[in-house]
Amino acid sequence: MDIQTIKDQAGKVLSASRDLTEEAKQLEGMARQFVEKTGGVHLDPFIIGLTVFILACFVGYYVVWRVTPALHSPLMSVTNAVSSVIVVGALMAAGSDLGGTAAAFGFVAVVLACINIFGGFVITQRMLQMFAKSK
Amino acid sequence: MSVNFSAFFYLISAVCFILALRGLSSAATSRSGNLYGILGMVIAVLTTLLNPGVSRYGWILCAILLGGGIGTVIARRIQMTALPQLVAAFHSLVGLAAVFVAAAALYSPETFQLGTQGNIKPTSLFEMGLGAIVGAITFTGSLIAFGKLQGLIKGKPLVFPRQHHLNALLAIGLLVLLFVFMATESSFIFWFLAFVSFALGLLLILPIGGADMPVVISMLNSYSGWAAAGIGFTLSNNLLIITGALVGASGAILSHIMCKGMNRSIMNVILGGFGTDPASAAASATASDKPVKVSSGEDAAFIMANARNVIVVPGYGMAVAQAQHALREMVDTLKSKGVTVRYAIHPVAGRMPGHMNVLLAEANVPYDEVLELEDINHDFSSTDVAFVIGANDITNPAARTDTASPIYGMPILDVEKARTVLFVKRSLASGYAGVDNELFYRDNTLMVLGDAKKVCEEILKALKAD
Repeated sequence: MDIQTIKDQAGKVLSASRDLTEEAKQLEGMARQFVEKTGGVHLDPFIIGLTVFILACFVGYYVVWRVTPALHSPLMSVTNAVSSVIVVGALMAAGSDLGGTAAAFGFVAVVLACINIFGGFVITQRMLQMFAKSK
Repeated sequence: MSVNFSAFFYLISAVCFILALRGLSSAATSRSGNLYGILGMVIAVLTTLLNPGVSRYGWILCAILLGGGIGTVIARRIQMTALPQLVAAFHSLVGLAAVFVAAAALYSPETFQLGTQGNIKPTSLFEMGLGAIVGAITFTGSLIAFGKLQGLIKGKPLVFPRQHHLNALLAIGLLVLLFVFMATESSFIFWFLAFVSFALGLLLILPIGGADMPVVISMLNSYSGWAAAGIGFTLSNNLLIITGALVGASGAILSHIMCKGMNRSIMNVILGGFGTDPASAAASATASDKPVKVSSGEDAAFIMANARNVIVVPGYGMAVAQAQHALREMVDTLKSKGVTVRYAIHPVAGRMPGHMNVLLAEANVPYDEVLELEDINHDFSSTDVAFVIGANDITNPAARTDTASPIYGMPILDVEKARTVLFVKRSLASGYAGVDNELFYRDNTLMVLGDAKKVCEEILKALKAD
């Protein structure tokens, strides 16, 4: 086998692969058209989030109306602690391997959220202990 | 940990948070409720740390120890009378943290699977911007509330012309900026958006006066929840969405209860400027010439010692004077003399929802003696003495009779129906609403002027000398 045949065959393989890419592209286009026509298979994450959000609003509504008025102050401090669950997002940013500016922002957010989490739970516990004591 | 596993543990964490709020439905279950809250938070943090994208644990541990240390020390040292400002300060931190998380998502979208920089989906940008806006408003708004409660900023409503026009303009500007941000993904626009929101937060809370703080704090509580939910949408994290919605709903309900306690709409509170009506100011000027019966601590002690039953009505003045312990001692002595004593709590007494209950609990007042307005209000007519300590507007009968009064329609405690009304007040000045209280001039009213704590101590001394 000489160099010329290898070159020729390589050229054939190259053109064949080009044709293949072309066909793959056409297929992709057709598939996309099909998906668009049938309305897509998966739900937009926003819709899933919205469903969860609305249902959680109702849960919150019914749970909070049952809180006795005497405990409205502890309710505020505990919801304050709990809303610092955004620490989840902050931790992901702070602990990201990518580092950079985002990690710095994440660090600050973790510090702020943790002040809240610890502070909120500790003050709630202090208040509830007073209520338990004054039985 | 795979994505599905994390989602499952986040769900458990969310359930714990629901149980935490559920626990507060009675004092008996409340402490286990708080433990559920802590458990939920631990699960959420551990699940996140085990996420494959998360490393650099030393760096994270530093942040947790730093924040946790500061938070624990503050919460342990703070006095219960300073609770409202502490809660306001904590709300501001949630808001600021939300802004930083949104910023982190913008600068490093790969971390949160939002695409690559310059190619973030418009819906994600919208959610990011919205989270940052709500967070930023919560931050500066809570700072102002903190300043007002701490006495760093004057409690009086700060009103200037065209205020509402300016706020409306800023709100429209924010919407426009949000759409520009969606179209350009520019970090400059993001910070500009945050900056305008900071300004709007300041301007929204500045015109609201001191005694409206129960509503403001509840409202900011609600905002901090919506901010968390906004970040949850950005990161497509159901735990954040659920928790944000719970907190948002909780704050909204508390605001509603507080507004009802003042017979005002939430818009009325936000638009501010309560008690600045010149007509009511003029009315109080003429009324102050009327005769008032001023009495001493010894007289008050004599009257209460000879009563069968007494209802104590505490207000913000008791908190300011830190009189709760002296008051409880006084009540204990009365009880040892065979007097029945109970406490009546108005929903908006004090500076935050449930403020009076916490202070009385701190002073070891048994909670079955502490009753809400609707449970005790019809008992005043069969009561010998109503002992009003540091409260004013919430007892003013003008709320029922005078349609021109700014507090007309507000539910009040019917202390006037008691045989004798003892008012412990620092001066004869009108209350926060700027309305004169006609009760001061009634025949069966005795004013005991002075600091609430000192008056309680005087009465206690007189009771013991008896």
